Amino acid sequence: MTATTAGTGPVFHLEEEHAHAEGGSTMLGFWLYLMSDCLIFAMLFAAYGVLGGNYAAGPAPKDLFDLDLVAVNTAMLLFSSITYGFAMLTMDKGRVAATQAWLAVTGLFGLAFLSIELYEFAHMIHEGATPQRSAFLSSFFTLVGTHGLHVTFGTVWLVTLMVQVARFGLIEANRRRLMCLSMFWHFLDVVWIGVFTFVYLMGMLR
Amino acid sequence: MSAHDHAEGHGLGGAAHGSFRGYLTGFVLSVILTAIPFWLVMTGAIDDKQATAIVIMAFAVVQIVVHMVFFLHMNTTSEGGWSMLALIFTLILVVIVLTGSLWVMYHLNANMMPGLHDMREMP
Repeated sequence: MTATTAGTGPVFHLEEEHAHAEGGSTMLGFWLYLMSDCLIFAMLFAAYGVLGGNYAAGPAPKDLFDLDLVAVNTAMLLFSSITYGFAMLTMDKGRVAATQAWLAVTGLFGLAFLSIELYEFAHMIHEGATPQRSAFLSSFFTLVGTHGLHVTFGTVWLVTLMVQVARFGLIEANRRRLMCLSMFWHFLDVVWIGVFTFVYLMGMLR
Repeated sequence: MSAHDHAEGHGLGGAAHGSFRGYLTGFVLSVILTAIPFWLVMTGAIDDKQATAIVIMAFAVVQIVVHMVFFLHMNTTSEGGWSMLALIFTLILVVIVLTGSLWVMYHLNANMMPGLHDMREMP
């Protein structure tokens, strides 16, 4: 505050003059959340990097991983990223039905990814490669499972937002929520790049 | 993109959206950058495993940058530069955590094992 003594008396000016619209700082806040999430994944990657070679005379990556399956999985996540991008573009144009359609396609790709991952986990556990078997498998299931859990919650969030858009249309608040989920979804794809490179591809090279 | 930001005003925090062209470019680049590492490992095109590992890591780094630019629309001006600052800070922490953990634990593994072995051979 500044006070001027000249004239009739002190005049006070509030320093914060322009009002911020509701949700104006949401995107930055959500980005900060994603960065903290990134640190969680960094810890899990570090744990896998340290423990990933300790098989305890159990199965090694070469005995367990099926690269064809991982490639299909990667494709599913990549397709879901581009379809979410299309959903954002149609959202910008204000086309509710098209946005909903693209969101639905994204959700289906997300579900396909989760199904393939669950199939892979079930197959590994069936072969006796459970998280308890070795340090390698513990860290593997923690890292890949945490990513899968994120995708699961992302899909739940996606369905929630589809209901919101169906009820209230593409209002300002819904646009903001969809943009947050967009960042979340693309961020998960970025983490998956690390997973398929560091865990699956490097695992096959061991 | 800056004109678009002005149109949106403060309402959406000035976060940039992509264009159809941008998303498509990112997607095509991602497909290429994913396919090559998978092909390298599946066919064993490079004989040396360590060289393959370095090459696929490089592809991953490039693909992460592609995703950041084309899908997450990272640039130095969004949110007044604060998102880029947060990203750089996070990356520094990630590098410290990853290299620190791997480096320390590798040396623990490498140095402790012979020690145990020597102890067993002591009279």
